[in-house]
Amino acid sequence: MSDASTHPKKKPVTVRQLRERRRILRSIGAGIGVVGAAMLGFFPVVKHWMDRLRPPGALEENKFLAACIKCGQCVQVCPVEAIHLGDLDEGFGVGVPYIDARKQACDFSCDAVQCVLACPTGALSHDVDVKEQVHMGVARLSRPKACLARQGKGIKGTARGDDFPGLHRYMEVDRWTPIPIKDHPYDLELCDLCERECPIEGAITIQRDNFDLNDLRGTPVVFDKCVGCGMCEMICPVDPPAIVIDIRKRWEDV
Amino acid sequence: MMSMLSSIAEMFGRTPGKKPDDSAYNEGARTLHESKRGAEGKKERVAAIKAERDLHPSHKWRNRRWASILLVNALFVVSFSWDVQLIEGSLSASRVFGFHMADLNAALQVMLAFKEILINLVIGTATVLLLWWLLGGRTFCSWVCPYHLLSELAEYLHLRLASMKMVRDLPMHRGVRTVLYVIFAGLAFGTGYTVFEAISPVGILSRAMIYGPGLALIWVFVLLAFEVFVSRRAWCRYMCPIGLTYGMVGITSPVHVTYNLEKCLHEGDCRTVCLVPHVLEVTKKGFALREDTDIGADCTRCGMCVDICPTDSLTYDVKGLNKLL
Repeated sequence: MSDASTHPKKKPVTVRQLRERRRILRSIGAGIGVVGAAMLGFFPVVKHWMDRLRPPGALEENKFLAACIKCGQCVQVCPVEAIHLGDLDEGFGVGVPYIDARKQACDFSCDAVQCVLACPTGALSHDVDVKEQVHMGVARLSRPKACLARQGKGIKGTARGDDFPGLHRYMEVDRWTPIPIKDHPYDLELCDLCERECPIEGAITIQRDNFDLNDLRGTPVVFDKCVGCGMCEMICPVDPPAIVIDIRKRWEDV
Repeated sequence: MMSMLSSIAEMFGRTPGKKPDDSAYNEGARTLHESKRGAEGKKERVAAIKAERDLHPSHKWRNRRWASILLVNALFVVSFSWDVQLIEGSLSASRVFGFHMADLNAALQVMLAFKEILINLVIGTATVLLLWWLLGGRTFCSWVCPYHLLSELAEYLHLRLASMKMVRDLPMHRGVRTVLYVIFAGLAFGTGYTVFEAISPVGILSRAMIYGPGLALIWVFVLLAFEVFVSRRAWCRYMCPIGLTYGMVGITSPVHVTYNLEKCLHEGDCRTVCLVPHVLEVTKKGFALREDTDIGADCTRCGMCVDICPTDSLTYDVKGLNKLL
């Protein structure tokens, strides 16, 4: 120190100081890199790159992303393996559960919303005790012209083809175990699969278009009991489906 | 007490101090240091070092540790894929025989972001807190964390390349981890998203093993590549906030590695294998203040130093259980 006061001239930088300076800069750079990489997760969330159907009982989307600890216990308890976890392209939705209803919908074959019971943080709200209290979205007849019932057509054979892997619990076949949909062919004069397989009583019915006994045509009508589980979207035999779930929509907004 | 405070300060990033003054030693340590200093002592030490040169380092603790990492993670995988239900969930939160467990850092992120706390999460956090306090805090890192195992592989590659002069280890400041810890806690609270979980290699790897791989593994590979080509063990050493969380839990833990001054020949092999060499400053000649010193809070209790030490100067120690063992 006394050296510095007697020689006010600037000292040359030693190799050691230079190395230390580089080390600090490198540390700052790496720190910024890590935080920056994490912040990239904002984009998919804020820009809504992907709107996901969340499992039963999920809180409002932002709260859900905050409360979910990304453990996947909900995935493990689901008897029809409907729940999957988000990947890197979902930003802060990495590891957050979602349901792809067309591939495998939640058909409540667990009876007691197992995923909600499994959730350790309440991201799937424990306020939900029974399936009727769930609000995942609302079903909507998006392509009425494609709807078989609207055309007065029936269905013979499997609903989704012979290689569709989706599962559903048919109460009349096995009360306790879901079976592959491909193992359960139909033979119906008029397609009413959305109503027939809907797990919520009174959520959807096919209403006859007229009283002419020879004209079978009818329209699927969704009621406020609909919880948006996506069973109708999965079972709909036309491709792409005539009925879809409006994710997170509430009956009040319809 | 002072040594504990300085071990905490060093965990948060302070550079370890210089060689202590002679007056700082206790009586036993002073005698030992003096005997090592003399010409006679030096001769003895050199002879002893030569004598043990042929000894191969043991891999006892490393093997046990690898078995532990593989076993714990395999239990998660098997529980789901074979539906055995021993440990449901993943490393971020799970149910072990029905008991809730939550990763402390993930739980902290959720609590800060969500700002509501559910009883299950409290139970899970408390259980894990107690468990890792008993087991040594950062013991989680080296005995459970799957990234640690991959990182050891990356370290092996790094050292091979370094010995061929193809890469050079570029060290960083350990204070980065503390800064990141504060930033990520602040981000969780401020934005309401669990920001760190998006890049947590522990969560990503654990989920990839249990539920199948995904794009998120790219991030893990980026980290590993950085460790191979740029900076040795960079993530675990300088960055991972999870390590700091568990480090804080382990400050007063009964399990630690302990250092005996009398047996030590001061060869310094322990510091070359250590993930966090600053905790082993005490093994430098003239640094120990007492005959026996507990290694600081940032130590992951991995046992690499215990394995490599030819004189058993470094050993595991469990407070209150030594008489039983």
